[in-house]
Amino acid sequence: MSTLRTEEMTLNMGPQHPSTHGVLRFVIRADGEVMREAVPDVGYLHRSIEKIAEKVGYHGFMPYTDRVDYVCAMFTNQGWAMASERLAGIEVPRRGEYCRVIAAELNRIASHLISVGTMGMDIGAMTPFTHALREREMINDLIEELCGARLTFNYMRIGGVAWDLPPGWREKALAYLDHFDPILDEYNSLISYNKIYVERLANVGVITPEEAISYNLVGPNLRACGIKWDLRKDIPYSVYPDFEFDVPVGEGRWGTLGDSMDRYMVRIMEMKESSRILRQALQNLPSGPVLAKVPRNFKPPKGECQVRIESARGDMGWYVVSDGTGYPWRVHVRTGSFAAMGIVQKLSRGLMIADLVTLIASLDVIAPEIDR
Amino acid sequence: METLINNLIASGLFGAKPSFDVVAAIVEFVAGAVVFLVVAMPFAGVVTWLERRVWARIQSRVGPNRVGPQGFLQWLADGLKNICKEDLIPAEADAPLFKLAPYLVMLAFILPWSVMPFSSSLILADLNVGVLFFTSVTALTVVGVLMAGWASNDKWSLIGGIRSAAQIVSYEIPAGLSIFPVVLMTGTLSMQGIIQAQGWAPQHWFVFANPFTFIAANVLFVSALAEGNRTPFDLPEAESELVAGFATEYSGMRYTFFFMAEWGNLFLIGALMTTLFLGGWRFPHVSDNVVVMNILELITFNVKVLAVVFVSMWIRGTLPRVRIDQLMTLCWKYLVPISFADMIGTAVWVAIWPDGNAFMGYLMFAGGLAVLAVFVRRVVYYVRRSRMELYFRPGI
Repeated sequence: MSTLRTEEMTLNMGPQHPSTHGVLRFVIRADGEVMREAVPDVGYLHRSIEKIAEKVGYHGFMPYTDRVDYVCAMFTNQGWAMASERLAGIEVPRRGEYCRVIAAELNRIASHLISVGTMGMDIGAMTPFTHALREREMINDLIEELCGARLTFNYMRIGGVAWDLPPGWREKALAYLDHFDPILDEYNSLISYNKIYVERLANVGVITPEEAISYNLVGPNLRACGIKWDLRKDIPYSVYPDFEFDVPVGEGRWGTLGDSMDRYMVRIMEMKESSRILRQALQNLPSGPVLAKVPRNFKPPKGECQVRIESARGDMGWYVVSDGTGYPWRVHVRTGSFAAMGIVQKLSRGLMIADLVTLIASLDVIAPEIDR
Repeated sequence: METLINNLIASGLFGAKPSFDVVAAIVEFVAGAVVFLVVAMPFAGVVTWLERRVWARIQSRVGPNRVGPQGFLQWLADGLKNICKEDLIPAEADAPLFKLAPYLVMLAFILPWSVMPFSSSLILADLNVGVLFFTSVTALTVVGVLMAGWASNDKWSLIGGIRSAAQIVSYEIPAGLSIFPVVLMTGTLSMQGIIQAQGWAPQHWFVFANPFTFIAANVLFVSALAEGNRTPFDLPEAESELVAGFATEYSGMRYTFFFMAEWGNLFLIGALMTTLFLGGWRFPHVSDNVVVMNILELITFNVKVLAVVFVSMWIRGTLPRVRIDQLMTLCWKYLVPISFADMIGTAVWVAIWPDGNAFMGYLMFAGGLAVLAVFVRRVVYYVRRSRMELYFRPGI
């Protein structure tokens, strides 16, 4: 039997495609449904945020950091605040650090909810998305009470946080956590253990631990490959050493270690751990001021620093060089999504077009974080 | 009818000396078209509204509730909006085929209504090959969808069209094979004949007649969902993968035609299931008045169809989409062998008990009720934990 003559076709996926999570573009070479390769084309959302920092000064750059990763803006806030504090040697009050952790962990839950929700939507199940967003709305309500914004928070300041917790907020947050923990089980029984869902996710886009390290994957994507690396544990910052929590890693229970299902489940488990951290933080909240005394005309001494924090998308690095003036000489942000985009081309070989959508969703890339 | 036709001839509308048969044919065509327009199209429209409302509740949203009472007229507003839109044909598209495709899809949706057994008398044509006609004309959809995919001159559309062709052609086989157990038991392909062979009581429905028909009913439902491009088999228009599949380049009324056919197909799925397995329009004989009986039967039929439609909406709100290779695996490795085994099993069953086994009917009906009870318990458990205000105030 002679083989069927087939032709490769080049498909343009994006930048206006419903499942590219923002403005991403992939150039796909496909033979029918099977992809030869998908080449990511980044840069559609580049806004020169790093350059803006050189013009607006240290305090003024805080609102811009929200836009680096708008899905988990608390972490970008925190990264910038920590970098500036390290340059100037400012000590943050203990209550301020607790407020930061509470806000950041709430934001981590919200970010992971979006991730797992859109995962379901990209697979074709619409209901998990709305259920996840429903829970996220409640977190948004809490954060709105905290800082007045629902998406771009601008909550943290150099030296602490802008506002203390409002009265009664602690009880509300604890009540929300009581509501949230069973919701995760409900979510699991709704979609995570669904046969079709597991079939779609398991064994798709398998990343070996060696590949993950050589491609510089971070955060949940790295931990899903079985590597226990979490900055909150391994290079502790802020007040994370005070809390007891586990670092969930991928187990390959549903397929191969490091497949899309592992990345998905790691996020589900991380939400549980975040909830644990939040409970401890809310219960052991110290008293005192939330904001250290920081001069309005903030001029850190000459020097440079590198700050690493564990954002919802993994190890986020802030590199700041100061020349002693009120404006940073150079700022660079190293983000998890950009690293994750690098491995897409390799993983896409031999996948089906439908699997590419799964892969992008499971890597949890956020377009503005790739380009900044 | 005859007086009407004679009056029409006398009015001189059809020229000086028209033949009676020609005028009668024209009148019948017009009457049929009006029935389609009055029944089929609004049904498809109302189902879009119903699905959006049902779906919204599943997703703990409110859904469209602005146009008309409970948002009931939303479908009319959407239709009007789409009619007013520009009829856009891409410059690179194959214009004649591009224009023709939506009509073919509509044709495949409208033709089966001619054998739809609404009640003992309400049927346009009780063909002796009714079921076969039904399944074969619904398969015409594939021509329209493939044509749309090809003529759009867009790679996403093309993939959608090819997926659809592969899917519908494959699932025709288990769908067709699952009809045979019923045909074996009744010895007829006529829609009315099959319904009359069943009783009004659930234990006399074919779905509970024997284990094989029960499996056949499930296989048919799954295959029908696949043929109707419904979740979990909505690959041809998988919006997260293929933008909008074969309909990517369509807009305005042509786009509406595709989706009217899709939602109308829901009714066809329900009607096929109801006719073959759920006792059709059968209702206990409570009145000697033919009109009253027909109305009761019409209501029975529609309630059963809507129940099936509701289940399919529920499935759409719950399940993710399968991948194309999993779709084909399911069809060729599981559904086709199962439906073949079903056919043989039914043949053996019919050979042993030519008049059916009444005990089996009761047993299976009781089993079905038990399964339903467990299911309802689980549903109630989860409903209690979700946004209660949506369920206590269905009016919002």
